[in-house]
Amino acid sequence: MSTYSQTWFGNMKGDILSGLVVALALIPEAIAFSIIAGVDPMVGLYASFTIAVVIAFVGGRPGMISGATGAMALLFIDLVAGYGLQYLLAATILTGIIQILFGIFKLARYMKFIPRSVMVGFVNALAIMIFLSQLQHFEGEALIMYVLVAITLAIIYLFPYLSKTIPATLVAIIVVTALVLFMNINVRTVGDIGSISQTLPIFLLPDIPWNFETLTIILPYSLALAVVGLLESLLTASIVDDSTDTESNKNTESNGQGIANIVTGLFGGMAGCAMIGQSVINIKSGGSGRLSSLIAGVFLMFLIVVLGDIVVQIPMAALAGVMIMVAISTFDWNSLKTLHLVPKSDAVVMVVTVLTVVLTHNLAIGVFAGILLSSFFFVSKISQVRVESSMKGNKRYYKIRGELFFASVTELLPKFNYDEDVKDVEINLSRSHIWDDSAVVAVEKIVAKFKENGKHVKVTGMNEDSTELIGKLANKLSSH
Amino acid sequence: MYKKILLATDGSEHSKRAAENAFHIAQCSSGSQLEVVYVVNVDKAKSDVINNWNSIDVNDSRKKQFDEAERLAKETGINYKVKILHGEPGPSIVNYANKNNVDIVIIGSRGLNGLQEFVLGSVSHKVAKRANCPVLIVK
Repeated sequence: MSTYSQTWFGNMKGDILSGLVVALALIPEAIAFSIIAGVDPMVGLYASFTIAVVIAFVGGRPGMISGATGAMALLFIDLVAGYGLQYLLAATILTGIIQILFGIFKLARYMKFIPRSVMVGFVNALAIMIFLSQLQHFEGEALIMYVLVAITLAIIYLFPYLSKTIPATLVAIIVVTALVLFMNINVRTVGDIGSISQTLPIFLLPDIPWNFETLTIILPYSLALAVVGLLESLLTASIVDDSTDTESNKNTESNGQGIANIVTGLFGGMAGCAMIGQSVINIKSGGSGRLSSLIAGVFLMFLIVVLGDIVVQIPMAALAGVMIMVAISTFDWNSLKTLHLVPKSDAVVMVVTVLTVVLTHNLAIGVFAGILLSSFFFVSKISQVRVESSMKGNKRYYKIRGELFFASVTELLPKFNYDEDVKDVEINLSRSHIWDDSAVVAVEKIVAKFKENGKHVKVTGMNEDSTELIGKLANKLSSH
Repeated sequence: MYKKILLATDGSEHSKRAAENAFHIAQCSSGSQLEVVYVVNVDKAKSDVINNWNSIDVNDSRKKQFDEAERLAKETGINYKVKILHGEPGPSIVNYANKNNVDIVIIGSRGLNGLQEFVLGSVSHKVAKRANCPVLIVK
């Protein structure tokens, strides 16, 4: 592990250059995500500024970029529509508090409990939601809208072949904006949807009634935001870990995300988290240290203050094009190619996660549905128990194979022949494991049933854990 | 004659043929060491991390790609090891080859993404241009 100051100054040249590139790439996304959420573009821009700057100091994964994100914006559309911006700011602060608790109780490691298929579903659902959120911009628009979006996408995908140093999204936005201005094309622009104020964010407590009722309104949103924010942040951190071949502290990152969201809420920004796409851009541009995130945030704010007048002229078509690109690159296309190769239950979990999100418009609910379903599949897979029956001399010998627990015992009982004409019965558990009280009760029941029918029963081959559990729960079994 | 042999691979068909040639060359010079280099860039990292979310080490799934080559190496008695690098493929391979003074780099003529290479130039071309040792490009 490198020291804190190394994470700041170990890669100064690379970090400064990549920070500048990321700032340019952040602006269109921050504006577009604000529009998705139904707030002024400034709310997303302030969020990206404060989050990037705060995370530079307190984050656990140097080189990762955080800011206003689509995953988060999608979660608070209803809150903004129903209660307004001030409640969003309060929810953002509460999200931060929950995330800090997450960090204090070191819950980051439980992210590994989220099955792979749910993770893939999460990413794909996010991509689909971002794409769907753009469709409203096409409603009732003339052909020129489609043409401009097509030009934007063409530049985004083709420009990297000419130069990789300048972000293609920026080039696309400049070209399309210039096109609209010089040819006097009448299309909707950012200025038609919201205003850009060329001022720095100021510290303000959210203007809400500070009572229990407010808490009940924002808490469900904050819980979902906290979970989704950490999920995307820790996923992004793992991607940065892997591509730079370095380790990072996930609990520090949880804390950092929390602190960043609290600060953001207090400075008029919306809740955010780490961004996969921007972090990838940062690494590709040579960034790897904390300085890159700081530079990105500061330069972003500088550009808004200086160029705010130009930013409002950006046509919505250009932003929609950028968002479609974000959706395409977020989607895990590999998962479609391997859908027929992975176990069927995995494929079902992935699809159900995606469908749940698309239907509920809530990534958090989708993730929970996915986790529930995959635990259900796991339990039903593992609950299959086989009983092998054979004669050993004139003794009936049963060998149980499989895990004995609440879900598997109901099928166990009918698998024995209780009124067979033998004196001795042996039940061998050496290939089995007794996990809970239901299993203890079941074994007791089987033994009792044999005894009722006048047979002498012996339970053999129990492993240490099972013996211990049975010792705790019952003393009725004659185990060896 | 070639003591330190570097085989750059991306798991494509071309790199499999490159591997066959690398084995031939390694067999011809006694005491040679074959190093198989696999480069993970950030796009690949993204998809690999998501698709191996619950596994302990992402690199396990990457190393699986070399199981076949590893078996072959054991049969022929070649001294063999796998190295996973992180970064852009071209510069990473060149950097590694030059730093470790390898005697020859063996690489497939084209990788997985044909269109990109058509416009940007291939990794093999970059390696051939910048490595300080002979480079064998296998068609």
